Amino acid sequence: MSDAGTGRRATVLNAIRGRLGRGAAMPGRMEAVAERLARQPPHLVPERARQDRVRLKALFADQLRAVSATVVEAAGPAEVPAAIAAYLRSANLPLTVRAGGDPWLEALDWRSEPALTLASGRAQPADEVGLTKAVAGVAETGTLVMASGTDNPVTVNFLPETSIIVLRESDLVGPYEQAFDKVRAKLGRGTMPRTLNLISGPSRTADVGGRLVTGAHGPRRLCVVVVGEPP
Amino acid sequence: MDVTAHAFKSNVKAALKDRQLQRALSGLPTGLVAQRTAARAKLPEFEALRDIGRDIKNHTLEHLDLYLEAWESKATAAGAKVHWAPTAADARDIILGICRDASARLVTKGKSMVSEEIGLNAHLETAGLEVVETDLGEYLVQIRKETPSHIIAPAIHLTEAQIEADFRRQHTHLPKDRPLDEPVKIVSEAREILREKFIKADVGITGANFLIAETGSSIIVTNEGNGDLTQSLARVHVVITSIDKVVPTLEDVSSLLRLLARSATGQEFSVYTTFSTGPRRPGDPDGPEQYHVVVLDNGRSALLGTPFQEVLRCIRCGACMNHCPVYGAVGGHAYGWVYPGPIGSVINPALIGLDEAAHLPNASTFCGKCESVCPMKIPLPALMREWRTRDHAAGGGTGAARRGLATWAWLARRPTAYHMATRFGAALLGALGRRRGAFRWLPLAGGWTRHRDMAAPEGRTFQQLWAEHQRGVPR
Repeated sequence: MSDAGTGRRATVLNAIRGRLGRGAAMPGRMEAVAERLARQPPHLVPERARQDRVRLKALFADQLRAVSATVVEAAGPAEVPAAIAAYLRSANLPLTVRAGGDPWLEALDWRSEPALTLASGRAQPADEVGLTKAVAGVAETGTLVMASGTDNPVTVNFLPETSIIVLRESDLVGPYEQAFDKVRAKLGRGTMPRTLNLISGPSRTADVGGRLVTGAHGPRRLCVVVVGEPP
Repeated sequence: MDVTAHAFKSNVKAALKDRQLQRALSGLPTGLVAQRTAARAKLPEFEALRDIGRDIKNHTLEHLDLYLEAWESKATAAGAKVHWAPTAADARDIILGICRDASARLVTKGKSMVSEEIGLNAHLETAGLEVVETDLGEYLVQIRKETPSHIIAPAIHLTEAQIEADFRRQHTHLPKDRPLDEPVKIVSEAREILREKFIKADVGITGANFLIAETGSSIIVTNEGNGDLTQSLARVHVVITSIDKVVPTLEDVSSLLRLLARSATGQEFSVYTTFSTGPRRPGDPDGPEQYHVVVLDNGRSALLGTPFQEVLRCIRCGACMNHCPVYGAVGGHAYGWVYPGPIGSVINPALIGLDEAAHLPNASTFCGKCESVCPMKIPLPALMREWRTRDHAAGGGTGAARRGLATWAWLARRPTAYHMATRFGAALLGALGRRRGAFRWLPLAGGWTRHRDMAAPEGRTFQQLWAEHQRGVPR
């Protein structure tokens, strides 16, 4: 930080300490803050997010459909390419898909749907369909949790007009807090992916006369493929 | 931005006569207000969450210095450049410096009220940069050379017909006879035009709804996805935010997010809630090369330890203005500065001075609806009253108002004189008004009777009636 930057930092923090009337070193303060940062349990988790898995799955799909997303099911990973192709055909969309490079997605048997063409890497302006995999689904509001990384470019979720997101049923949780726990389990507490996107439906706006229009700047269509576990 | 809060009264007169504005505002009760009511009904825990939200923010503000330092340390470790800005001028200079260092020409922006507060667009444009707002409402306001009239629905004062006319005037490269008679066509046109800007932009500027101390993240909440395109496609991402946005942990922000969208638009959850932590990482195929966060004070720290500390809990949902009868009648521009509605009536005097904004805390019927819907339970009417008290103590108010208050205070402290005066007044008005039951005109009450009749009192005061009731006198 430049000298000016250091000065400005001190100005802001000293102003706060002056007004609060206490120094950083006042006994108990550092401990209270450290304790909260290390171990804050969830506050109130709504009852709807604490139901059994069957109800959570139904809630997840209902919430997404309520915001005009499409939800389809695949019995297992082997059925995912067919589910995606069927959705694209039913919506009259091209079968060329931008998929970032997620290893789980890449390992699927795409030869079972030879008409589907997959391109990897970040999204390009001309891409019409994007395919990504969620790290978690949150049932309470029908929310998909997307983590950026070397195999998961963030642009695939936003540039194409149609977004297809795959969620493994085992990654479905009730409340947001459990989704964050999944991220912590991967990266460690206090560490985040560069971008964590919580997505709940296709892009929308009500800025023109208060009337709801789907497809503002992000995807006009969102299709979520929920993948069951093979027996 | 230019301040016209001192001209509130003439702003109001103009707003009440503005038919387009009145038409646009008429949608509030069936729109945002009804949607919030429905969302609240669907979540039985909503009221309990308001208490939790208030407590989270109160705790954070008590340790604000420590949480900001914890956030800074985590953010820096993730590669963020953190800049502290005591004043609006500091923030403007810091951001212009970042743009210059990046040799930027085109800057895209997500929605940010703090950027309005510091007058960022004008500053960057004066320095020769092209600045494009990408939130649709902000874009509409920008091409009209206006300011947002609402903190989450910047173009709420515009009708569809006005927007269509603006697009035809602004986008002259498109066919003149293209149909724009439906919102979906207007949105599609904006999408095509702004898409090009996202891709060409050198710097993307967004605000932040929250900063998270545990992880060093900043969060934006949007529905359009414009904020995400702004921050993912440009080489440099700048977050402009303020010291009151920090919260401790992901658990804390989970509770606050459950309140935000429901209070704001009545959605169960906004479409895009994005956590950003540092710049693009090694091996990442996309994302910005630089990630800067500018943390603004601009008078907020001075509210700590005062009754106004409570407004620093605000999460900028806009529920107070959606439900305010004054906002609903005059819209946001009449308030004359960045933050309209009840929250503006409390924050603006603190940020631009009571001299400038003394009218605003008086622009309230004290109906209390704002406090009753505030997800952070900010006692907005009490804080407006606090500003009124301070303004009075500083000699503010018109001579007539001050003399009236002095007379009232004299009477109110002398019960015998008070009872005599009110009895005399009630009896006199009761006798004079008996025939019509109401007055078309009354001395000293022109502000009321110019717009409606004043009901005539029945002839006896409440105190008299109460005394008779206690004695068992039948009415």
